[in-house]
Amino acid sequence: MTSLPHLMSATGITKRFGALVANDHVDLDIAPGEIHALLGENGAGKSTLVKILYGLLQPSEGTLAWRGAPVMLRSPWQARQLGIGMVFQHFSLFEALTVAENVALALDGHESVQAVAARLAQVSSAYGLPLDPAREVWRLSVGERQRIEIVRCLMQSPKLLILDEPTSVLTPQETEGLFATLARIRAEGCSILYISHKLEEVRRICERATILRHGKVIATCDPRHESAASLAQMMVGSKVVPARHDPIKMAGPLRLKVTDLSLASQDPHGTSLKAISLDVRAGEVLGIAGVAGNGQDELFAALSGEVLARNAATITVDGVPAGHSGINLRRRMGGAFVPEERLGHAAAPRLTLSENALAAGHATNGFVRHGFVDKGATLGWVSQVVKAFDVRKGPVDPEARALSGGNLQKFVVGREILRKPGLLVVSQPTWGVDAGAASLIRQALIDLARGGTAVLVISQDLDELFEIADRIAVIFHGELSPAQEAGSLKREAVGLLMGGTGFGKGADVGAERAA
Amino acid sequence: MIRIALEKREDTSPWMSLLSPLVAVALTLVSGAVMFAAMGIDPLKGLGVYFLSPVSDGWALQELAVKATPLVLISVGLSLCYLSNNWNIGAEGQFVTGAICGSWVALASHGAVSGTPYAHLVFPVMMLAAMVGGAAFALIPAVLKTRFSASEILTSLMLVYVAELLLDWLVRGPWRDPKGFNFPQTVMFGPEAQAFRLMADGRVNIGSVIAIIVVVMAGVLMARSLKGFEIRLVGEAPRAARFAGFDDKRLTWAVFAISGALAGLAGIIEVSGTMGQLQPSISPGYGFTAIIVAFLGRLNPVGCLIAGIFLAITFIGGENAQIALRLPLDVTRVFQGMLLFYVLACDAVLNWRISLVSAKGASA
Amino acid sequence: MTMFEAVLLTIVTAATPLLIAAIGQLVVERSGVLNLGMEGMMIMGAASGFAVAILTGNSWIGVIAAITAGMGMALVFAVLTLGLAANQVASGLALSIFGLGLSGVIGAPFIGARRDAMPKLDLPVLSDLPLIGKLVFGQDPFVYAAFGLVIGTWWFLNRTRPGLVLRACGENHLSAHALGYPVLRIRLFAILFGGACAGLAGAYLSLVYTPFWSPGMTAGRGWIALAIVVFASWRPWRAVAGAYIFGGITILQLHAQGAGVRIPSQLLAALPYLVTIVALVIIMSRRSGQQTAPGSLGKPFVPDR
Repeated sequence: MTSLPHLMSATGITKRFGALVANDHVDLDIAPGEIHALLGENGAGKSTLVKILYGLLQPSEGTLAWRGAPVMLRSPWQARQLGIGMVFQHFSLFEALTVAENVALALDGHESVQAVAARLAQVSSAYGLPLDPAREVWRLSVGERQRIEIVRCLMQSPKLLILDEPTSVLTPQETEGLFATLARIRAEGCSILYISHKLEEVRRICERATILRHGKVIATCDPRHESAASLAQMMVGSKVVPARHDPIKMAGPLRLKVTDLSLASQDPHGTSLKAISLDVRAGEVLGIAGVAGNGQDELFAALSGEVLARNAATITVDGVPAGHSGINLRRRMGGAFVPEERLGHAAAPRLTLSENALAAGHATNGFVRHGFVDKGATLGWVSQVVKAFDVRKGPVDPEARALSGGNLQKFVVGREILRKPGLLVVSQPTWGVDAGAASLIRQALIDLARGGTAVLVISQDLDELFEIADRIAVIFHGELSPAQEAGSLKREAVGLLMGGTGFGKGADVGAERAA
Repeated sequence: MIRIALEKREDTSPWMSLLSPLVAVALTLVSGAVMFAAMGIDPLKGLGVYFLSPVSDGWALQELAVKATPLVLISVGLSLCYLSNNWNIGAEGQFVTGAICGSWVALASHGAVSGTPYAHLVFPVMMLAAMVGGAAFALIPAVLKTRFSASEILTSLMLVYVAELLLDWLVRGPWRDPKGFNFPQTVMFGPEAQAFRLMADGRVNIGSVIAIIVVVMAGVLMARSLKGFEIRLVGEAPRAARFAGFDDKRLTWAVFAISGALAGLAGIIEVSGTMGQLQPSISPGYGFTAIIVAFLGRLNPVGCLIAGIFLAITFIGGENAQIALRLPLDVTRVFQGMLLFYVLACDAVLNWRISLVSAKGASA
Repeated sequence: MTMFEAVLLTIVTAATPLLIAAIGQLVVERSGVLNLGMEGMMIMGAASGFAVAILTGNSWIGVIAAITAGMGMALVFAVLTLGLAANQVASGLALSIFGLGLSGVIGAPFIGARRDAMPKLDLPVLSDLPLIGKLVFGQDPFVYAAFGLVIGTWWFLNRTRPGLVLRACGENHLSAHALGYPVLRIRLFAILFGGACAGLAGAYLSLVYTPFWSPGMTAGRGWIALAIVVFASWRPWRAVAGAYIFGGITILQLHAQGAGVRIPSQLLAALPYLVTIVALVIIMSRRSGQQTAPGSLGKPFVPDR
């Protein structure tokens, strides 16, 4: 191996953002034709390293070499010219443009959009990745969007393909399809750098792994000879304890009941809810699985009261009709809510923690007297949440944006749990959060349920749902499948539902999304 | 090639947000000196006329208070709008509509109530009418925004022209003083309809006191009340505001109504306090200058008070310069525009750590 | 020349500055930038164009000066919004206030000066054709330039690669950056183009339309041009319709005033502004999901390093 020149090697890469060192003397070698995993927690520096390899960022120190010769990557153009392609985690697509236009934007030649469209159709059918060049991106599903990114890399016959968390948005079946495509690309001699935190996947398809922690390379290993637990330990730096999950002793009274809820989306590109029914009892965790963009945002908004139902009786909390009640009325009825987006929805980035505590608690926590804010009470509440949920922060009352993702998530989940709500609706509780914070939050959700709260978790992460949920339902195209006991449920079955199989009208999965 | 690189600051230090408007003022003065030199005027003399003569004696200070009053009143209202991401730039029109509605009360009661106990009610009712009129006029763009998502920037600005034409029609047509030798103006208001002067032979009227009361009330509202928090949260993060259960549409109406009412109040105070009658043109652009005041005052009521006084200086300085230096009045607007440029540039320093880096090759 | 012909001809001259300015702003907004300084750039073009034309005795040099002035103003805006990531709405307002003031200072010595309007095209046979002769072949060069701009802009945005890149920057600047496009540089060019168009539109007002200088002579046309862009759903050909509707209303109300219609002249004069509001409301309430504004419009972009 060492005699052959590496396809790409990074040596001593350091990248600083102000005082923060995102990459600290990182070495990475990618051999020709290998699938190389880049493993690490959120915030370990994977994205920064990948942006450097793709020419989007320039390292503060260190060198890159391509086939043994040093290169300077000043822009993604140069990277693409060498034969480096990239599939972004948060896709780099333009919603209002067509598929062909999107692809043309990433090609360096002077082909007309029509010529690109013709070649695109050819390449996509050759790889079995069907795409309609004339469709606008906003009409496509998440899986199809990823397909655009992959096909657009393939059209440049890449030597190195970088994929950033490609499976986090896919169903298990779509993931299998992706793996087949990757195997084929690799058989054509292309190397793949595979960024993920899903260890089982990495063990299956990668032959080498570089593990990052706090910006440094901790280890390089062959993941096929490691266990998921040993990989996790290298990533996190300590033993990872799965959430303690005792079976429910007995389900309590019905807390949340939704009957035949249909609601048009307020976003013209959104997914409308169609006849959704569900119920959550005190003491249990109901998980709602589904691929992103299938109505999760709309469901959360309907349950929280940010968007009101047409009929008050479609949503009842403890038997009381709540469909016409706004979010603060529902909070007073015992509801608590944690939306998916931390910055901008759950918290205002430039407001302080105490102000963000006020935002969620002004109706229920006694922070307001005669229209005036009791600043001391909000500060006291912040310090309680901080203590109970181990939120790490610098100053006493920092702005929300100054906290790391994990710490801010602990804060926004903690400020609801500490209220001991009767009902908690939480969306993506551990999205983009480090392992320590994730396990703390998951345990807190289970403990809350066992203490008599009805907990509803919307998540795209199936592993998470199987870890904490007692029953699981799947949302697809705005419809919800009946919930089933998690213990007796197979991942494959959930995956099929996530892909639309088994839904009445959605049985044949078309490209159309919420037409 | 050198380019400017920006890096997000994690926290904004409070002393810098105080310093930034001062730096902006200093930069404006320097630029003004350069401009005077370019026009062949001794820079020190030019700046002296502009910025020192308006504060040189008691009479000048009174004039300053009179000019600052509408600026402060309007800018406090605009601050509430801008904080909540509602771009009301039609305050000039709301000022005019308020003046019209208030004047209607003065004209309708003209000669009918003087000497009766009702005379004392005339001015308060005028103020009320002006506030209602200004608020109603401001609610037009607000409702068009929330109901049809029509840009409030464009609609509120278009309505300025409409209000000015309405005023023009009234003073040339139905409201013209029949004994006024055909001049386009209304009769002089009766004494009961003129704003109460604080000093018998002075220029300062009750309006300046009202402006200070408004500043204090708005300051308390913004700093302490839940409503003030709501205004900031809606502007800062609209989705987070909805999550907090605040109704952003209703808030849009509220801030537009408040700022329209304050602009209307400024309008009637200006007309009844300094002119005593309606004329085709009643404002040297207070409604637009107040936009600058709001930003220079960092969208803070107390800041608006200080900034309003500063911009009033430029108005009086401009009038003085017209006489002493034969400079067109528009130089004032140049100063005001420049000042806003510098304020915005200095605000960038608050939000970003700025450094110059040399960049070779292609990078964005 | 019939009355009807005369009205049509004046509608063309009233619509042309609106169309030129709207096309400039359309390109700026398509690149993701909202420049509310249109009015300021336009009036600077009017003042500088007229001043230079008087000083040099050549209207064409005046036109070049107007374009330069518009671009100079646009550059100030670009430094603030691109270089310092300042709020685009506030920066645009500042530009308008500044431009109104500076144009007054520049134009003050030229109040009362007059210049002949720039000549119209006169083709021997064609311009003498009945009805359409003057309308199609007898306009001033700016009218043709305006239509040239519309065609050129449509072709550029929809048929060329740089046009596609510009739209991509306006649609999603993060994605464009991720693909390696210099978002800020592309926006700088768009803003400068918008400034040039605004300057040209201003020159048209002071050198062809009126033709003299008076303070504040743009009278809100820059703002109406902004409204036309929204009305046109960011499409060049629809901007033509918008500009001619607003131009037509301006002229018709003038003719109505001239003809002594028993409506207060102020109400007629307010019509263009009122129609702008009504048009905005109608267009916004009918808009479907696909015709919305560029996705990144008005949002500042700061690349990370």
